[in-house]
Amino acid sequence: MADGIRITRLNAWFGPRQVLRDIDLAVVPRSVTAIIGPSGCGKSTCVRCINRMHEVVPGARVAGRVELNGEDLYAPGADPVEVRRRIGMVFQKPNPFPTMSIFDNVAAGLRLAGVRNRAALHEAVERALHHAALWDEVKDELGKSGAGLSGGQQQRLCIARALAVEPEVLLMDEPCSALDPIATAKIEELIMELRKELTIVIVTHNMQQAARVSEWTAYFLLGELIEFGPTRGLFTSPRDSRTEDYVTGRFG
Amino acid sequence: MSRIAVRRATNAAMNILAALAALVVILPLVLILGFLIFRGSTALNVAFFVHLPTPVGEPGGGMANAITGSLTLIGLAAAGGVPLGILGGVYLAQSRDRRLPWLCRFLADVLNGVPSIVIGIFAYTLIVLPMRRFSALAGGVALGVIMLPIILRTTEELVRMVPASLQEAALALGLPQWKVVLHVVLPTARAGIITGVMVAVARIAGETAPLLFTAFGNRFWHRRLDEPIAALPLQIFSYAISPFDDWHRQAWAGALVLISLVLVMSLLARLATKGLYNRRGTYG
Amino acid sequence: MLKSELAGASTAERLSVPRSLVPGRRRGVWGDRLYQAAVRAAVLVFVVVVLGIAALLVYAARPALAAFGWRFLVTADWDPVAEHFGALPFVYGTLASALLGMLIAVPLGVGTAIYLAELAPFWIRPPVAFLVELLAAIPSVVYGLWGIFVLAPLLRSWVQPGLARGLGFLPLFQGTPYGVGMLAAGIILAIMVVPFIVAVSREVLLAVPTQQREAALALGATRWETTRLAVLRYARSGLLGAILLGLGRALGETMAVTMVIGNRPEIALSLFAPGYTMASVIANEFTEATSDLYLAALIEIGLLLFVVTVAVNALARLLVWSVGGAVKEVRE
Repeated sequence: MADGIRITRLNAWFGPRQVLRDIDLAVVPRSVTAIIGPSGCGKSTCVRCINRMHEVVPGARVAGRVELNGEDLYAPGADPVEVRRRIGMVFQKPNPFPTMSIFDNVAAGLRLAGVRNRAALHEAVERALHHAALWDEVKDELGKSGAGLSGGQQQRLCIARALAVEPEVLLMDEPCSALDPIATAKIEELIMELRKELTIVIVTHNMQQAARVSEWTAYFLLGELIEFGPTRGLFTSPRDSRTEDYVTGRFG
Repeated sequence: MSRIAVRRATNAAMNILAALAALVVILPLVLILGFLIFRGSTALNVAFFVHLPTPVGEPGGGMANAITGSLTLIGLAAAGGVPLGILGGVYLAQSRDRRLPWLCRFLADVLNGVPSIVIGIFAYTLIVLPMRRFSALAGGVALGVIMLPIILRTTEELVRMVPASLQEAALALGLPQWKVVLHVVLPTARAGIITGVMVAVARIAGETAPLLFTAFGNRFWHRRLDEPIAALPLQIFSYAISPFDDWHRQAWAGALVLISLVLVMSLLARLATKGLYNRRGTYG
Repeated sequence: MLKSELAGASTAERLSVPRSLVPGRRRGVWGDRLYQAAVRAAVLVFVVVVLGIAALLVYAARPALAAFGWRFLVTADWDPVAEHFGALPFVYGTLASALLGMLIAVPLGVGTAIYLAELAPFWIRPPVAFLVELLAAIPSVVYGLWGIFVLAPLLRSWVQPGLARGLGFLPLFQGTPYGVGMLAAGIILAIMVVPFIVAVSREVLLAVPTQQREAALALGATRWETTRLAVLRYARSGLLGAILLGLGRALGETMAVTMVIGNRPEIALSLFAPGYTMASVIANEFTEATSDLYLAALIEIGLLLFVVTVAVNALARLLVWSVGGAVKEVRE
């Protein structure tokens, strides 16, 4: 059994501003971990540190350790490109490549990895679209542009694109914040389905969503991890008064 | 080689190629500025700034008349181009109409791309032909037309950036719109508009082609605006294609003076808007 | 209009504004009318100028248009004494020099823009972008001066003999190396046009949403793959626009080309041979045009240049605007 993601003493900065302070967090494999907290608390930065996306921002800096199955992702020899292939990511706003067809969007990651065989590509794309619960809606228009889909469909296309390269972990940075309630419900359903096979970390500003989809929840405030534990416990009997203020709606 | 190794190598190769492209693009700048300073500074002296050109074959002399001529032409162009550009820009930014501003923006950008020598023909047919003589006035009109779209667009963009709430607050006080524009909108956008004007001046200061058959050039001081007038770029051009070494040296000196003027204007323009726009960051 | 109603003094009185700030109703109204008239007049003048350029060019070129018709474009003899005017050598020279310049400038310009917007370390970007901006600010006549006294001798004594030795079997690289000629014009044009291509391309690339880059990076793409997959595909029409803007400049560039192209109305295949462009012939012969027909022929060349550059620029603008409404206009 792999031992998931282990974050130790993670610090992150944007220029001179420190946005994460000494985060320690262990993500259980094949589970959904939600990161909640008021805006600006560093929750997005934290997941972006896991797949080394934080460092692509000008002036951004990271210190600390992030391990995936015991391997240090920030080790001197670690290649961020390889890290990101193993750890997929879905963003706040659906971002399919507008110049590509639905098929090409999903196949993009595989093509980067060098898959040229048509049959293999087809099979993988179909599997990913099934996984993302989008296949039935788009199977007859794989050649059309992904930009023509609805917001919720676009987001599921992005999930399919991330799943196609068979990542070990899927990071979701507020994946529903740009979607309507129905599309949100579909994505949440999908998350419940995916957690059987994948480790998922989801950032959300929506506490109900965290309560619905996650088994573990981490509460961030001002760049610090205040509390981490099983979701139910954190919402019903928080240990820290600051967590209590937040989950009971007295703050944020 | 493994797939990932090939990809890494491609990435490195493209990085190097792009960096090389940037290097090759910058190289001429170094070469041109280097030669200008090297050849120009040795020919530059006090006489250059205070004397008229000497007759052919006689060494010495300067370009004093061309320097004052250029300043006169810039002044003439600005007298027309700046107020028209600013007024028009304010109108475009505040107009509620959708099509007219779009059309004007488009026309301004297209006019900005029309070769300056064509603008010269325009000024020639408009001013020189009816007056039957080359004149400072015609040169000023040509340069003014070149300035116009630049100032129009800068003003429009900057006035657009003035928060609507600021104007509404002033209007709610009961101030008429013209006062709001004069006392609230334009002062807020001032730094940017000044930049636009300086960029436009830097551009027309070096224009040669539209002056060839409007301002025409003059070996002496100009006395009136309806007669030919000297200009620094014109003088550089005629000296550069002349067969005389002494004139070549003066052409380099003139070019050094011209480029100093242009670069100082460009730098000032840049400093004035530092932090105003183009601060957009990007992930790379 | 709502704003002028709001501007009435009574509103201000109800809001109890100090009297000194409130103009009389009459003055306010008249001031606003005057203001409206002034700004409208300014825009009108601008539009009239643009239309006036087109109208005056057509008007002044009429004698030549009437005398030669379409033959003007396809005949090659330019004989002011016999009053036979055909613009073909100039059209050819303009197209050939611009094409040569673009062949050099496009890869360099787009490559530099990619470097500045996507690949370079962050600290390198501002100074390099600044240097490119300076390059755009250098006046044409200064490029020409440098072309005559530095570039042309360099080509004559080193580059052209080298090309002739290595590639002399191609007709492109045959003939006497004068230094000045089509090759010099192409190189000068490339140097002059590159800053525009870089500036506009860079703006276009920066207008590509960050989310597109992140999508590719998060899939495990390298920097270059991200550029290719997410950025260049997204920005391609804008990049085409940037290239066309550069082409527009190259077609109409006058002084520097006039100073280095050799000014001979010939159509030669060799890049070493002198040529002549539409803009240069206007620059050189306009003040010498003794007859009305001669002048009209030159103005017709100007009209042609106007029509072509307007078309190229209009297309380019539409393409650049298509990538992002927020793309800033880039002028020198």
